[in-house]
Amino acid sequence: MNPHVDFHAFAPEIVLTVTIVAVLIADLFTDDSKLPARIAALGVLGSLVPVLTLAVDGQTRSLFGGAFVVDPFSLVLTGFFLVAGYVTLLLSFDYIGEGDYYQGEFYVLLLTSLLGMIVISSARDLISIFVALETITIPTFVLAGWRKHDTKSNEASLKYFLIGVLSSAVMLYGMSLVFGLANSTVLVDIHKYASGHTPALFAVAVFLTLVGFAFKVSAVPFHFWAPDTYEGAPTPVTAFLSVASKAGGFVALLTIVRLGFFPSGNSWQPILWVLAAASMTLGNLAALRQTNIVRMLAYSSIAQGGFILVPLAVAGDVRGNAAWQAVVIYILIYGAMNLGAFAAVIAAARRTRSAEISRLAGFGRTNPAIAVMFSVFLFSLAGIPPLAGWFAKFVMFRAVFDANTTVAVVLGVIAAVNSVIAFFYYSGVVRRLWFDEPAAGVELSSPRLPVGLSAAMGLMTAVILVVGVYPQFFARLGEIAFQRG
Amino acid sequence: MIAAFTITPSFYLILAAILFSIGAVGLLVRRNVIVMFMCVELMLNAVNLTFVSFAKALNDVGGQVLVFFTLVVAAAEVAVGLGIIVAIFRRRRDATADDLRTLEG
Repeated sequence: MNPHVDFHAFAPEIVLTVTIVAVLIADLFTDDSKLPARIAALGVLGSLVPVLTLAVDGQTRSLFGGAFVVDPFSLVLTGFFLVAGYVTLLLSFDYIGEGDYYQGEFYVLLLTSLLGMIVISSARDLISIFVALETITIPTFVLAGWRKHDTKSNEASLKYFLIGVLSSAVMLYGMSLVFGLANSTVLVDIHKYASGHTPALFAVAVFLTLVGFAFKVSAVPFHFWAPDTYEGAPTPVTAFLSVASKAGGFVALLTIVRLGFFPSGNSWQPILWVLAAASMTLGNLAALRQTNIVRMLAYSSIAQGGFILVPLAVAGDVRGNAAWQAVVIYILIYGAMNLGAFAAVIAAARRTRSAEISRLAGFGRTNPAIAVMFSVFLFSLAGIPPLAGWFAKFVMFRAVFDANTTVAVVLGVIAAVNSVIAFFYYSGVVRRLWFDEPAAGVELSSPRLPVGLSAAMGLMTAVILVVGVYPQFFARLGEIAFQRG
Repeated sequence: MIAAFTITPSFYLILAAILFSIGAVGLLVRRNVIVMFMCVELMLNAVNLTFVSFAKALNDVGGQVLVFFTLVVAAAEVAVGLGIIVAIFRRRRDATADDLRTLEG
């Protein structure tokens, strides 16, 4: 028997894989350090082409016994990951080029991780989700330790590695128990199994699986690796970890809950509720007392992760797709504003040669363009209209009100209090940028910003402003994602 | 006496659970990075044992196929993990997790 394989369905993955090989070969045979970077950028944009043709085609394609499904949901997220990957490349070009480490490997690892992300948006089976998640994670262990002569980078890498493999083992043990009970790893079958009466062991299995994901998305109390790893890793890698890699974890979590565990609400809802509440509260409180901008953004991204978990935690009581849409919209907007914020940190660090918040004093007077964009990203993260962040918060609260149960409302109140706390530390940085006197002896002038970095910041600012003023754009993407293809 | 004592799949599942717990506790208690690393391997092998015993109990060969995926992923993790440990050893003579405290969470 010759199985029919629909190559169009995974053309984005094929293009990206070919690109990875091409970057490796180009790095081997040329001394031109720019060539691998160019191929990588072209390849990522090239992978967007089949995503568009598949979107125009609009047909739902199911492959490998339902383990790999191309539907509007996976196309929207594949597109998001590819754009986020491209922006990370823009951030990396000069940062990586100026160090004295090998460059080709950096791009290969980054693209491999990206490959895992675009696979995960189509994965509909426990094992393909697991393998895709590991494809995302394993290259990022190396990327975090990429400055291998730097003790901080070594330490970041080792901590991330130990926590990463621990979480994989816990998640996989949960998955093996799910397989034993449901007699299948395909999510559709698990959904059927969870609809019936399930033994207590199923709740244990769900718990272990979700704990594994909690590590991946750095939800409190499984977050302690994130600030250390974010600080020690090269900043473009941190941007990638905090946006793309984290979104990969959330996409897998969303898929597994929505299509797999959903009917057995008692087993997953309390866990997600606790994770959401703890992540928002502890993330924000810890962010308040940070003096290093990267660590502050690390805790802020833990808190933002908590906000993303809110609609998931109440999804069982929301009719229709409003909760799932809220998660996807929040991920898209969070990606734009966090990538922007890290781009601004890289740009500012080129001038101040430091990641301390105190060194940013008076930055707005000497470098108004960077400071304006930096403020846009921070206010957007705080959720202030008319920047995109408000719409992310809005869809989250809408999901809470749709659920309209006591537990959902309590979670909504916690989220509201946290939005206020978050405003303090974001606006604290903005105040330093604009209203403080520059510290004595800080030289803020330096050569021009690299084109890639400026382009990335400009692009993210544009997205945030357009979506903030015209949110229907992302709202429509959220609707499309859950349409029946 | 001995003949009446049959080994059922649940024996293997309990053994796997015990192995998994030993690995998890070891990872949290031990400070030597290489030993922590071996504890992770123990946990992953407990997972493999679970998959295989369920596959046998359910008469589903799929579970045994899944073990290959786990093995490949574990091998990739070992390669990367040892690389990181070697990078750290080059900068300092020992490898205990307690010494790595430049970054304080």
